[in-house]
Amino acid sequence: MNISHHFDDATLMAYSAGSLPQGMALLVACHLHWCEHCRERVDATNAVGGVLLDDIEPVSLGEGALNDLLARLDEPEQELAKPVSRPSASAGQLPAPLAELVGCDIDELPWKRIGYGVRQVDLDLDGPGATRLLRISPGVSVPHHTHTGNELTLILSGSYNDEVGRFCRGDVADLDGEMEHQPLVDTDEDCICLIATDAPLKFTGLFGRLVQPFIGL
Amino acid sequence: MQKDDAGGGDVNAAAITPQSMTSEERRKQVRDEWSACLTRLAETRDKTEFARLFGYFAPRVKAYLLRLGMVDATAEEVMQEAMLLVWRKAHLFNRSKASASTWIFTLARNQSIDRMRRDKVQFYELPEEEPDPDHRDMGEHSVIEDRMQEAIATLPEGQAQVLHLSYYEGKSHSEIAEQLGIPLGSVKSRLRLAFSKLKAHWGEDA
Repeated sequence: MNISHHFDDATLMAYSAGSLPQGMALLVACHLHWCEHCRERVDATNAVGGVLLDDIEPVSLGEGALNDLLARLDEPEQELAKPVSRPSASAGQLPAPLAELVGCDIDELPWKRIGYGVRQVDLDLDGPGATRLLRISPGVSVPHHTHTGNELTLILSGSYNDEVGRFCRGDVADLDGEMEHQPLVDTDEDCICLIATDAPLKFTGLFGRLVQPFIGL
Repeated sequence: MQKDDAGGGDVNAAAITPQSMTSEERRKQVRDEWSACLTRLAETRDKTEFARLFGYFAPRVKAYLLRLGMVDATAEEVMQEAMLLVWRKAHLFNRSKASASTWIFTLARNQSIDRMRRDKVQFYELPEEEPDPDHRDMGEHSVIEDRMQEAIATLPEGQAQVLHLSYYEGKSHSEIAEQLGIPLGSVKSRLRLAFSKLKAHWGEDA
């Protein structure tokens, strides 16, 4: 995969610190599955956490903490119920963390039409903001919008163009409130993206203000 | 060779510490010792090695969990779970990829996230990769981390502050912005600046 758009350092630091909302952490994990470059960068942002752990002022433990734990070391490990991943025609199309979560093919998802040429699946995860899959038809452009918080987009298939550049499978757009953009699907293939936000989007044009109640992005 | 009093430090791993060493060299020695200890644990499954690791890391992991906002009893419990994972997953520790401190930090962080999302599907972690010793030079990353430690100590206060709020208190960038009364963009640019300084300290491949 030829990936040319990556995360901001600040986003990977938040991922390492464990402070991203669930959907954004999912999206970062998905990109990391595809992107060796960002995996190496995460080694470095994790290392900040390691250094801080070394520097932290240690606190006292409960009485017998070590002995309690030593007594548990030989306990048989409980197998966590792992979601069974089904091999399928489009196996490999979705990054593993997402495939595990949705448990089916892209085409089997309950896509809902939310406007002209745009369908979505809300993943209904915890936390502020939203996490959804968008499926945008060729030639369709998403209304102009800005962000009050951060918006991460991972391209799962197809491509789009916006003010920043061209985004293809594996690329991420890492945007914050300073950016206004209007993605346009630029091939004859649907563009399917995973989008995670930590605050609601703001649409700027008249059309945007009209569709916002329906899209609810 | 001069030796420090072996009973003097909290780290018996660094019993032999020549006076001439800089603080950076001493840190590196301590760090390498714990990485070596964790590697030995994976090979030998020796509980005395585990007890040594526990003595150093458990009070730090608990301190970290308390800073994330957990009450004492929860922090103690999650610390126990994290340290149990150290024992169970030691064979996955890859010294060429991270130091023991970084590896244990990520286990503790994941445990704290699991705790907060108890009833949700877990997918946060990357699949466990078996160590690939050929991938990088041994110890490369622990050298990086020693330099990073020096660099963190010299960050301007504003940058150190956002770094601490993010990593130590698990605050999101928006929460930090609100707490400090600065725009979200400033939080992110301070973090970027801090990180680029840390990277500059570890040299050419940054």
